[in-house]
Amino acid sequence: MKPASASNLYAIPGELPLDSGQNLAGAQIAYETYGELNADKSNAILICHALTGDQFVASAHPITGKPGWWERMVGPGKPIDTDRFHVICANVIGSCMGSTGPKSLAPDGEPYAMRFPVITIRDMVRGQVALLDGLGIERLHAVIGGSMGGMQALSLAANWPTRAQRVLVIASTARHSAQNIAFHEVGRQAIMADPAWCDGDYYASGSRPDNGLAVARMAAHITYLSEEGLTEKFGRRLQDRDAKSFGFDADFQVESYLRYQGSGFTQRFDANSYLYITRAMDYFDLAEEHCGKLADAFSGTTARFCLVSFDTDWLYPTSESRHVVHALNSTRAQVSFVELSASAGHDSFLLPHDQLDRVVEGFLNG
Amino acid sequence: MAKPPLRFDLAVIAQELREKAGQTVLDVGCGDGALMAVLRDDCGIDARGIEIDAELVEKCVSRGLSVVQGDANRDLADYPDNAFDYTVLGQTLQTSARPDKTLEELLRVSRTAFISFPNFAHWRTRSALLFSGRMPVTQALPVSWYETQNIHHVTIEDFRRLVNERGARIERRWFFSGGEEIGTPGANWRAEFALFEVSR
Repeated sequence: MKPASASNLYAIPGELPLDSGQNLAGAQIAYETYGELNADKSNAILICHALTGDQFVASAHPITGKPGWWERMVGPGKPIDTDRFHVICANVIGSCMGSTGPKSLAPDGEPYAMRFPVITIRDMVRGQVALLDGLGIERLHAVIGGSMGGMQALSLAANWPTRAQRVLVIASTARHSAQNIAFHEVGRQAIMADPAWCDGDYYASGSRPDNGLAVARMAAHITYLSEEGLTEKFGRRLQDRDAKSFGFDADFQVESYLRYQGSGFTQRFDANSYLYITRAMDYFDLAEEHCGKLADAFSGTTARFCLVSFDTDWLYPTSESRHVVHALNSTRAQVSFVELSASAGHDSFLLPHDQLDRVVEGFLNG
Repeated sequence: MAKPPLRFDLAVIAQELREKAGQTVLDVGCGDGALMAVLRDDCGIDARGIEIDAELVEKCVSRGLSVVQGDANRDLADYPDNAFDYTVLGQTLQTSARPDKTLEELLRVSRTAFISFPNFAHWRTRSALLFSGRMPVTQALPVSWYETQNIHHVTIEDFRRLVNERGARIERRWFFSGGEEIGTPGANWRAEFALFEVSR
C-alpha cells in the first residue's frame, strides 16, 4: 500500500480520551477541505465518511486515482455548494488514510496493530470535534453523513448538541442490529482466518491478509446492494464464456464483480482498520449511551434534523430511520424525514438521485 | 418568491394565525407545504408537517420546511401531549382510517385544531344520490367511489355531533361554496366545505 497523500494533518493536542477508558496520545487527523471559510466561521459543513470511506469526498483518491466518493454531491454549484460552504472531511480515527489507526506507529516506533485501542463511533466524533476545535470552528452550519457517517452525525448531535445547526443523516441507523453485527463478524472472521493476518502483526512481514480482507469486502458489498439491483445488473449472466465451466472459476458475472470489488479494496484498505471500524459500528447504540432511551439522547437539542432512507436499503432499512424520527418527535425537535425510492439498496446514497439532491440542497438552505 | 394563493380553507387558517408569531403548528397531511411556508414566512410561526406522499415531502424539505413522511393514522402517536399550540387537518379527516381517533390525537398533541373537510350533505351530493341513485361525483368530490381516498364521508352535522360526543368544543366555524365563504344558515345544505376550530 502506498502512503496516503499529503492531506492536511492535525495533531490532536494531549490525549484523546476513549470510551474504553484508554487514552490515545499523539493522535493525528488527516483531513481535506473544499471552499472558503468565511470571516465569522459560520459556513463550515462537516461531512463524515462511511466504513471504508476517506477524507477525499470531492477530490481524487491518491491511491486509486478515482474521483472523490461524493463528487456528484460536493463541489461548486452542487447540492453541497463549495462556492458557499467550507466543507471539511476528515479520515476517522482507526482508519488508514492518514489518521491514526492500527497501522500507525505507536510511541515505541512499531505499528500499533492489535495494540490499538478498540474505538467507538463516539471516539471517532471526539476526533472530529478535536479537529473543529483546532480549526476554531465553534458551530457548524451542518454535519452530514451517510451510513457510518450518519452514525457520527447523530453521535455529534447527541453528545455535542451545540456544535451543529443542522444534522443530515442518510441511509443510517442509531444502533447496529443483530443482522448488521452478524455480517461484520463474517468479515472479521475472514480476515482473522487468513494465515497472513498473523494476529494483526503483518506490517513488517511483506505479506498482508488480502485474501481475508477481500472476502470480508465481498460479503459486505452484498449488503450494500439490493436483490433488485443485483438482478438488474447481472441476472444469471455468465462472465466471458458461453457455457458453465463445471468448475469454480467465476462463471457468473456477479462472482467476477464481487472478486473484482474484493481485490480492488485490498489495494486501498488496511485489514486491521477494517476490524477496528466494523467493531466500532457494532458497538454503536446511541440509546444505550443515554440510559436506554433514544429520545434522551436528543433532549434539549436546538438543531434541525433531516433523515433520508431508501426503500431498497436492507442494511439500514427505513424502520431504523423512523426509529430516530420517533425519538426526535418526542423531544419536539425540528425534524424532516423522507424515504426515497431507488433500486440500488444501501449504496443509493452515493449514486445519482435528483430527489436526494433537492432534499440535501433544500435542507442546507432552509 | 411570490407564493400562489392558498386554498380557501388554508387561507382562513393563515389569516387566523397571522398574529400568532412564535407559536407552534403541526400541519397533518401538509401536502406540498403551501400553508406551512406562509405560516413560517408571513406569520413567524414554527410550523412542522406530516405527509404520507414521498414526493410531496421532498418538495417540502427542498423549501426548507420540517416535514416527516408518515401516516397520521399511526405517527401522531409519536408526539407528546400538547407538543403544539395548533394542529391543522386540511381536507384529510375523511381519508383517515378512524376520524374519531384522529380528532382525539389532534386534541391531545395541541390545544386547538383546525379541521376542514368536504361536506357530504351538500345539496348537490344529496341530489346526485337521491335522483341518480349513484355515489356522487361532484366538484368537491371529483373521484369515483372505487378509487376515492375519501373512505369516511362526513357531513357538517356528523362532525358537530362527534365533537360534542368527545367532550370537545367548537370555537369557530367557516363554510364555503364555490371557493367563497358563505353564511351559517342552512350550512349543512349549502356548504361544499367546512372548517372548524376545535378545542378541548
